[in-house]
Amino acid sequence: MDVLQLFVSGLANGCVYGLIALGFVLIYKATEAVNFAQGDFMMLGAFICLGLTNPQFMDLPFWFSVPVAILIMGVFGYLVDMVVLRRMFGQSQVAVIILTIALGFVLRFAAGVIWGHEPISLRTPMAGEYVRFGGLVLGLSEVMVIIVTFLLTLVLYVYFNRTKLGVAMQAASQNQLAAYYMGIPVKRLHSLIWGLAGMVAAVAGILFASKGSIEPSIGLLGIKAFAAAVIGGFGSLPGALLGGIIVGLIEPFASYYIAAGYSQITPYLLLFLILVFRPHGILAQIHSKKV
Amino acid sequence: MRMIFKTSYDADINLFRDREQGFWYMTLLVLSLILPFLLDTFWLGEITNVLIWAIAGMGLMILVGQTGQASLGHAAFLAVGCYANVLLQDPVGLPFILSFPLAGLIAGLAGMLIALPMTRLHGVYLAIGTLAIAILTEDLIVIAEPLTSGVMGLVAPTINIFGLEFDRYGTPGRFYWLVLAIAILMVLAYRNILRTPLGRSFAAIRDSEVSARAMGVNVAWTKAISFGISSTITGLAGALMGHFAGIFNNETFNIIISIQLLLMIVIGGLGSIHGAFFGAIIVALMPQTIAILRDTAGSVFGGGSVAIPGLESAIFGAILILFILFEPMGIYGRWVKIRTYFQLFPFYRRDMFRRQKSYLKTERMR
Repeated sequence: MDVLQLFVSGLANGCVYGLIALGFVLIYKATEAVNFAQGDFMMLGAFICLGLTNPQFMDLPFWFSVPVAILIMGVFGYLVDMVVLRRMFGQSQVAVIILTIALGFVLRFAAGVIWGHEPISLRTPMAGEYVRFGGLVLGLSEVMVIIVTFLLTLVLYVYFNRTKLGVAMQAASQNQLAAYYMGIPVKRLHSLIWGLAGMVAAVAGILFASKGSIEPSIGLLGIKAFAAAVIGGFGSLPGALLGGIIVGLIEPFASYYIAAGYSQITPYLLLFLILVFRPHGILAQIHSKKV
Repeated sequence: MRMIFKTSYDADINLFRDREQGFWYMTLLVLSLILPFLLDTFWLGEITNVLIWAIAGMGLMILVGQTGQASLGHAAFLAVGCYANVLLQDPVGLPFILSFPLAGLIAGLAGMLIALPMTRLHGVYLAIGTLAIAILTEDLIVIAEPLTSGVMGLVAPTINIFGLEFDRYGTPGRFYWLVLAIAILMVLAYRNILRTPLGRSFAAIRDSEVSARAMGVNVAWTKAISFGISSTITGLAGALMGHFAGIFNNETFNIIISIQLLLMIVIGGLGSIHGAFFGAIIVALMPQTIAILRDTAGSVFGGGSVAIPGLESAIFGAILILFILFEPMGIYGRWVKIRTYFQLFPFYRRDMFRRQKSYLKTERMR
């Protein structure tokens, strides 16, 4: 039973990593840029929802503040792209990486000023509720995390592969110039995808906050989610989820079976091995390099 | 503007372009030599810190600025150099004059070993791989506790070269001169590497891997060499950093330091030695500047000087965002523009340094 309990809590954690990784992959898939501030986006989403819900701030009902927080983060993502990243259009990936790292610093500081550096927990109707499956006792929030993540991944996957807008986003990433020739408004698409990534980050943040307390430095979780995205295969939506779940599952089992000190390095060790032996991840998207 | 009329092949590779340039650099050298007599101990320590950061920046610059490989894990090599230097001195018993170059060598070997499997990666993947290495190194220091004494940290002994003592607090002037000498050596080494065929193949890889391969450059090997040289210099900076800090543990070389190093050389200006120094000035002096500004503001407006956590990195981040948006070539790039403006006085045009518009393409199939 211990093993099953570990499995479910690891799965729930992994789903949050997977959701952050989804944000990375969305932006990478559509704009070929990497948003290192995705973890901080998640943190911001969680804090906006908390600021709307918790009694010491605005004291609004939870089910009202969730869609509002998601919407705010969507607009925020759109604006970040429109104001900052659009100027970087056509510049190298590394420049964008550095820019988003700096953006993360600024966001973390802003959140610290507004909501303080003490850990706060989000007041949700799910807190303290439990679900029983046979002899297994699961927190309702963990079950919610898993269900919402799988649904969201499915929706995004269908969106990217079946809808016109999704295919246009892929085209814009594969060859910007050709996408322009086809009449695709590449720049607006970029802003839209950043908005979408902001919304996914808000969902991830709210789910994360429903499982425990949050503070501005949880944005650093993004690094772990990043490892997850690479393990799964950067540029693949199911891969991001898979990578997130692998990392999420490895952690509790490693700390259970391996000595302390060694267990925390296992995700990064796995990342390193994957990079050396299968550089493009488990669900690889790159087949050969063309000139 | 002076035109250089080249009368020999040496004119292309001379250290200084002409006598005027040589004169200004010599002035700078003399000024930095007499600095201990002009400044008090506190500011001398800060300048020493700037020089150490600049050496580390030069190390990363070879990799990022010259070879075009982004690394987010150079704090790992700082740590390797620092620990190797101190461990070679204390349990092994070598003098500083041997342990210091050996520490650089060990860091360089570590860099090459790591680079060999990673040369297949590029761009984002390399950045992530090096990030993983930095995190692993931080944890490895804790795991290898018998050697590194883990979170307790190690104490760097006073440097002793042939009876002369170099200590940050005891003899700050001497310590500064030692760091200055090493920094100048590194600048000369850097300049000379750029003039060799190896340096040119670095630039070829930076500009286009495919065309470098077509020109007969062994891309994987050259990248590994670049990684090795880069981590050697960074390791030497790490050794100095250990002596400067006095006491250090795994936290001294955390992931934030790696990121700060990369951001530093971007602010300074990628691909130039000047950039490493400009960036180091910003990074190493900013905490003090913020503290002084805060105290001044506190005394003017009557409020107490309250420390705001994260303010430093937020200001740093904001400066960086502004630089990447408005001056992607960094401080050095801006300086070159200003200099050109005055050299060509009435003829400078705004678009002189504008780059061609480029469009991205992916390597993914879907």
